[in-house]
Amino acid sequence: MSNNIIVEREKGLLHLERRIADLRAASAAQPLDMSDEVAALEQKYREILSELFGTLSPWEKVHMARHPARPTSLDYISHFDRFDELHGDRHYRDDPSIVGGFALLRGRPVMALGQQRGRDTKENLRRNFGMPAPEGYRKTSRLAKLASRLGLPIVTFVDTKGADPGISSEEHAQSEAIATCLATFTAARVPIVATIIGEGGSGGALALAIADRVIMLEHSTYSVASPEGCAAILWSDAGKAEEAAARLKLTSDDLFRFGIVDEIVPEPLGGAHRDPVAVVDRTLDVVDAALTSLSALSPERLAEERYEKYRRMGERRAEGLKSSV
Amino acid sequence: MPDWLPARRGKETPAADAALWTKCPKCGEVLYGRDLAANLYVCPRCGHHFRMHAYDRIASVADGEFVEIGREAVSNDPLGWSDKKTYPAKLAGDREKSGLSESVVCGFAKIGGHEVGLGVMDFHFRGGTMGQVTGERVALLLEECRRRKLPCVLFTASGGARMEEGMLALVQLAKTTAAVTRFMEDGNFLLVVLTDPTTGGVAASFAFQADVIVAESKAMIGFAGRRVIEQTIRQRLPDQFQTAEFLLDKGAIDMVVDRPALKDTIVRLLEYVAHEQ
Repeated sequence: MSNNIIVEREKGLLHLERRIADLRAASAAQPLDMSDEVAALEQKYREILSELFGTLSPWEKVHMARHPARPTSLDYISHFDRFDELHGDRHYRDDPSIVGGFALLRGRPVMALGQQRGRDTKENLRRNFGMPAPEGYRKTSRLAKLASRLGLPIVTFVDTKGADPGISSEEHAQSEAIATCLATFTAARVPIVATIIGEGGSGGALALAIADRVIMLEHSTYSVASPEGCAAILWSDAGKAEEAAARLKLTSDDLFRFGIVDEIVPEPLGGAHRDPVAVVDRTLDVVDAALTSLSALSPERLAEERYEKYRRMGERRAEGLKSSV
Repeated sequence: MPDWLPARRGKETPAADAALWTKCPKCGEVLYGRDLAANLYVCPRCGHHFRMHAYDRIASVADGEFVEIGREAVSNDPLGWSDKKTYPAKLAGDREKSGLSESVVCGFAKIGGHEVGLGVMDFHFRGGTMGQVTGERVALLLEECRRRKLPCVLFTASGGARMEEGMLALVQLAKTTAAVTRFMEDGNFLLVVLTDPTTGGVAASFAFQADVIVAESKAMIGFAGRRVIEQTIRQRLPDQFQTAEFLLDKGAIDMVVDRPALKDTIVRLLEYVAHEQ
């Protein structure tokens, strides 16, 4: 049994999908016209799909964002015109939980970066379930600085539960690695477009998400901590994750309302993995349009507007108010 | 003790009631409130550093006057948060107990004759977590320091970003980091003193961006919390892990200092940058 509630829910649908396929094959092989039966089954399939996935709770979206078949960073980057991966932090090692390199997007040279989880168990072990170590953030800073110097826009894909919580990561100063990454993105003199494609968890996600335009897939989540982490921190009970998910306001609609996210990319009924190529294409169109509109701004103007954008977030009107003690 | 301090001390500060006895959690010694305050909240027997309240901390390093900024900025309740209590009720409770309006106090003071921006976080307010106001005040302080070409000294104590303000809390990492970056680009000096505990989003933003990082002895410092790591790797961590001394050994910080020597250390460091400020 999968611990993903969306995967569990899809099991019955798989059965129905198989029956439709069988019926279609049978219909093609025989002179008998069974298109009515096929149409009826398809109609039923759509009804069930809509019933199961028509509206998703925050907790269901958390599971949708973690769905094993959901397109990952490399699924997006492999749809660029070209990608030449670059490796390593130049200090210690290459972290496979972050991929990055030169790329061509719709003919435009860019620096592409993304957190990369595995698509199966073996790859997940190699990529540490998409939880970057300091080396991953140092690679990110290195490539972002390079992009800024060469005038290449930065395109990122955010998909992580959070930064790796392990002994080696602490020994190698995870805090410093993330802080430097944040600083590099705030100061970059090129357009930055970030897309939250799956789970955006905590500072480990934000490290690749400070951008002039933040795009979010409809069913992705983005939060101050994972729901499990939040429940453990506040209530010492990771089992209350569903409650935390509801309170954290982590859906694309919530974050659009707060001005944290600039644009939402709609997903097909049942989630991005039901039509991955269309979702990837649509997303890359949105990224490309954002880059086009940002390309009109000078490097100084870009950095200034990015500063002001984050300066205004959660502003509590402290300016000019002083008191002496 | 500066004459402004008593009025600023919260109800839970041991020295607020000098007759209060406090037991050292490390060695068990029973300490008289006034003696403990006079000893900068360091146990005279075993050297254990108690967590300090922000205004006591300011009084311990500033020469005298402290001009506070941003005090009027107070948090709202952007998520409409409620669990056992509503978020506004939690804030009100912490204000009452700690005497603070938020998890950081920012302003200007002289330290050893050097004019500086001074920001002090306090673990007694929402675990020192960074919410919108924390980020706002830190950014405001750095912008003011940049404008006035002053060095900035920040004391950190934090459990990370504040859950009850959700993503609006997390983006304060971006806000503060951006403010530090601009401040530094203009040739200004940032000194951070990490105190017990400094973790999560504060560690991973302005704290570890500093030019010089000093930590108080035995302070717990890290990105991930100890419990989270132990649950992830399913084994107990050594006691020394994530202490100031451990970080010094790993090359993550510049020095570890006992609290009684802290002011002198800060003054010595400021003397190197004073000439160009």
